[in-house]
Amino acid sequence: MPSEITLRVNGEPVSVPRGATVAVALAIRGQPCRKSVTGEVRGPLCGMGICFECRVSIDGVPHCRSCQIACQPGMDVRTDE
Amino acid sequence: MSDERTEFDVLVVGGGPAGMAAATVAAECGVQVAIVDDNRALGGQIWRESSRGGQHEERNHWEARLRARQVQLLCGYRVVDQPEAGVLLAESGEKYRELRWQRLIVATGARERFLPFPGWTLPNVMGAGGLQAMVKCGLPIRGKRVVVAGTGPLLLAVAAYLGKQGAAVVLVSEQASWGRLARFAAELARFPQKLWQGLGLRRELAGVRFAANSWPLEAHGDSRLEAVTVSAAGKPANIACDYLACGFHLLPNVELPLLLGCQLDGDYVRVDEWQQTTVEGVYCAGEPTGIGGVELALVEGQIAGWSAAGKVGEARRLFPARARAQRFRRLLDRTFALRPELKRLPHPDTFVCRCEDVPYSRLRPHASWRAAKLHTRCGMGPCQGRVCGPATEFLLDWKAESVRPPIFPARVMNLARHHGEKQQPGEGLEPELET
Repeated sequence: MPSEITLRVNGEPVSVPRGATVAVALAIRGQPCRKSVTGEVRGPLCGMGICFECRVSIDGVPHCRSCQIACQPGMDVRTDE
Repeated sequence: MSDERTEFDVLVVGGGPAGMAAATVAAECGVQVAIVDDNRALGGQIWRESSRGGQHEERNHWEARLRARQVQLLCGYRVVDQPEAGVLLAESGEKYRELRWQRLIVATGARERFLPFPGWTLPNVMGAGGLQAMVKCGLPIRGKRVVVAGTGPLLLAVAAYLGKQGAAVVLVSEQASWGRLARFAAELARFPQKLWQGLGLRRELAGVRFAANSWPLEAHGDSRLEAVTVSAAGKPANIACDYLACGFHLLPNVELPLLLGCQLDGDYVRVDEWQQTTVEGVYCAGEPTGIGGVELALVEGQIAGWSAAGKVGEARRLFPARARAQRFRRLLDRTFALRPELKRLPHPDTFVCRCEDVPYSRLRPHASWRAAKLHTRCGMGPCQGRVCGPATEFLLDWKAESVRPPIFPARVMNLARHHGEKQQPGEGLEPELET
């Protein structure tokens, strides 16, 4: 089994260690997770699924908490533009 | 989509130390037990497995015991509602489960307390435990400059962990006074295990700057963190860093017990000597009954597990161990109580509610949490006030009186299903998040 897997963040390929969460894939790319209601960029705060700051769309499903979800090969992750 | 109904003699919510211990001893009595937990794996926050390897011996011990008894594990499922007495609704993405129980053990653990200060919403400002969890999940930290700030024993543990992973821990900023910390250190002698842990940390933290009477004043950066100003020895100091790991001790997760109608004592779930709450058949163990750490959680978990399985004699044998561990809990409460100066951290334009971007100036005119919610939408976002509620409790002396189901954002389709067996899914119900 390869030790790294590749997924897409906003269309761009990102390689992460196996077992990494989607939040980690975003951090590796330096990509914030969402825009707040007043337009601030936000990243993860609690790291344990409580704060909802790390929400992204994964394979078309909106509002996924990226800190609680493991990366899968070929996953399509979208953040707020 | 699996929507099995499942019924258990004992259902445990939470797979951290308390939940694992509770499930293990109950299953060893021969009853049917399941654990449901939001996380991907057992261990809770404290025994979170690292993708970089490294094992917790104690965790492995409990996991081996509970797997030997075939405790059913529902990892990745979060409990969102109690559609009727004795039934919990849990979901995982689009999957949904109805879990029926005879006895319920709530072991929902704790989360970090966050306090708002200018710049705290910048990316790379995280909880102390939050950053540690991210690193365990694969975040590259080698060579990154980290300031660890806030209060509580977690700060030192996190600083030591990050240092071991190659981070440059620039400063540990602890708001408690040297006087309080000195009394804490002296008292630790009464808890040999804790003292050894403390001495171990001291070795690992050799060379890391530690400031007491210190707290973050402002985080700086444009679209991500670049530096933080901390107050140390009464003076502001500017420190360049890549991450600010900032948490102000821990808060119990009491949303589920409140939903079930359990009464609280102050912040914590009220339990009797058997760890039973004020609701018959509902037990509670670990941090929700008081922030006491892993030893207390394991003892309370076992007492709850024995009690729920009807073995009161076994439960009673652990009472002395619980009493000892509870003394440590009270010591933690005293040492890491928040100092009043922290109430001045947020500026008028600092967002207190991060979900709805509500600044401090819009909250202050209101008299209560409820009024602020109604007028400003504070606490109405997807975290449901888990972050801003405790902050306003400290800043403005408000108290959130109640919880509303679902206790986490849930798919409307799943919520409708329990009541809507007659109703066909898809009839006007899109699987969207209700926020």
